[in-house]
Amino acid sequence: MTLALEPVADPTAPLARRNPVAKLGAALLFSMPLIATLDPLTPAIALAVELCTLPFFGVRLGVLARRAWPLTLAAAGILVTMVLFAADRTGSHLLSVGPFDITTGVVAGALGLVLRVFAVALPGIIVFATTDPTDLADALVQNVKAPARFAIGALAAFRLIPLLTEEWQMLTMARRARGIDAGRNPLAKLRLFASTAFALLVGALRRGGRLATAMDARGFDSTTPRTYARRQHFTKADAALVVGAGVLGAAALTTSILAGVFNPILG
Amino acid sequence: MAEVVLRDFGWRHAGRRSWAVRGVDLHIRHGERVLLLGPSGAGKSTLLAALAGLLPEDSGEAEGTVEIDGLDPRKAHDGVGLLFQDPQTQLVMARSGDDVAFGLENRGVPAGEIWPRVSDALDRVGFPYPITRATSALSGGEQQRLALAGVLALRPGLVLLDEPTANLDPAGGDLIREAVARARDRDSTLIVVEHRVAEALPLIDRVVVLAPGGGVAADGAPEVVFAGHGPSLAGQGVWVPGYPLPRHPAAAAPGDDLVRAHSAAFRHRLSAASMTARAGEALAVTGPNGAGKSTLALMLGGLLAPTTGRIDVPGEAKPPHRWRAAHLTSRIGSVFQTAEHQFVTSRVADELALGPRRLRRSPAQVAATVDDLLARLRLTALAEANPYTLSGGEARRLSVATALATAPRLLVLDEPTFGQDRRTWIELVALLAALRDEGHGIVAVTHDDAFVTSLADRVHHLGPTPAPGPLPRRRP
Repeated sequence: MTLALEPVADPTAPLARRNPVAKLGAALLFSMPLIATLDPLTPAIALAVELCTLPFFGVRLGVLARRAWPLTLAAAGILVTMVLFAADRTGSHLLSVGPFDITTGVVAGALGLVLRVFAVALPGIIVFATTDPTDLADALVQNVKAPARFAIGALAAFRLIPLLTEEWQMLTMARRARGIDAGRNPLAKLRLFASTAFALLVGALRRGGRLATAMDARGFDSTTPRTYARRQHFTKADAALVVGAGVLGAAALTTSILAGVFNPILG
Repeated sequence: MAEVVLRDFGWRHAGRRSWAVRGVDLHIRHGERVLLLGPSGAGKSTLLAALAGLLPEDSGEAEGTVEIDGLDPRKAHDGVGLLFQDPQTQLVMARSGDDVAFGLENRGVPAGEIWPRVSDALDRVGFPYPITRATSALSGGEQQRLALAGVLALRPGLVLLDEPTANLDPAGGDLIREAVARARDRDSTLIVVEHRVAEALPLIDRVVVLAPGGGVAADGAPEVVFAGHGPSLAGQGVWVPGYPLPRHPAAAAPGDDLVRAHSAAFRHRLSAASMTARAGEALAVTGPNGAGKSTLALMLGGLLAPTTGRIDVPGEAKPPHRWRAAHLTSRIGSVFQTAEHQFVTSRVADELALGPRRLRRSPAQVAATVDDLLARLRLTALAEANPYTLSGGEARRLSVATALATAPRLLVLDEPTFGQDRRTWIELVALLAALRDEGHGIVAVTHDDAFVTSLADRVHHLGPTPAPGPLPRRRP
């Protein structure tokens, strides 16, 4: 198990260099209109826009594909579920798989959902692929005045996550050394998994407590206003990125309305 | 600049019946360097926490007073720096320089002063890397060095070190002692808690010994304190220099082979190793950090499959990592470095009963095994206790006892003496020697030279695995 935490992009790319909060805001603004509609055209346009911006973020398509592969699982799941259980079976009949009639309506619905999953998730994936977690925490504190207790605390907790993998392996081996294994019994496997997970949680809480004490010992609980060793600036270019993302998102939605395929999720 | 005055100080954690520390009268003058000693449970760590202002008023009950330069430590907070045992849970940031800067940001140091002070603190501890070095890429000793830089960057008048080398191997411990020696100056007062007196002696000029029942048992220059109290301190478990340790040579020649490694290797962690563990023999596996000693122990213990080569046990068709767990415990017992990893129940007695029960022994047999082990490892009084509440020494004894409960012929231990006080150390080595003389095979991965001298009949030294490229220097 590896965690996709580190930025993987070229950090000098023009959009990758933007303020992390601006990137996050842009991603949210751009994805939001996509949630409003069920048609496949809006997310298709959005997806096209996202892929076009990739070079400006310094993210190569192969890297993105590796990061985004869990999405393909979600997409496959949606496809199967829709084909089997979609209530809307209108449109012309295409083919039958056993008892299931596949119609153009089913295909359009499934395609729309799959495109939505990709179009909504990719901006987030691009942001995290091009952003150092430390920079994000700094920008949250400095540019949007998020409480340092929350942002820096989360950052510190984040650093402990990779240790959990190692801890899990250790706990699993330690249980085997104590004579505990599940063999082929699925119920015993589940019980063993649960008890190991509980031990992992207890260990993580103890470790988190020690980290919190150590942070307070270095003045994290101090009432003195914090200063910033690393400055994050929110410039005009950052504002332009946010505005641009909002405009592009709205444009995708407008196009689908003008094309007459807009299908609001409410009503 | 810091002067510490304690008058009849005591602290009881909320919900506890006994006082963690009590009746301490102490006056530490500005610039003094004090080694704080005392047996486990005498309240050394609680005292340091009180001085660091880390005991909130609502978390327990206080007695007497404690003052730093005339202030309550909770208010003198900014002038006190505390270095903890475990480097993993002290580092906050992903990059080394950012981590040192963290404390300065918290204290509101102007941005322009932060980086020069970071650089200065890193120089003082002899940190060799650029400030962008990932903290996760540092060894334990280097991480602890970085944590020390984080403490020193705040220029505390009072520096507290709570067993700073207890979680480190000897090389890491040397790094820290060297860094403390480099960094000390006449402007700060130093209080160190450390079991290994010989290693702390060059850093200090005064020794204070806390008595187990409360109060101060001895106080003064190191030579005076050790001349007067050496034997009693050694008896309480303090590693006083100059007191020899017992030796346990084997009484008989080794017996049959118990487990064999044939060019067993693990990708990136252990290069091919061939060795044999025999009945009635104590084998020490030594070698530098990263040589794969723990990995080898896990393989011999049937907990990890080698990526190439093989492990076999005479008389068994399958290699040990393919056995069912219960069968494994009846042949090979493993004791992990972190005892808590192996605890799975909420009572000491249940921990001991678990292995025999899984081997379907009769209730009478299980009870007999449990009682025997409790008595043998001096755990009878703790039979009802929760294993997670035990002290370090007790937890270590219990983890050895759990491995013995299923009567395996081979015992594989990873750093069994790590962080133990002198008393537990002596008991543990005597126990392992007795097991060896009963015909058990003992394999111990260890950094502890004294352990090797005292017990090992044979040493298997692992060379370093091929090192990665040269490390970058911080300054040319």
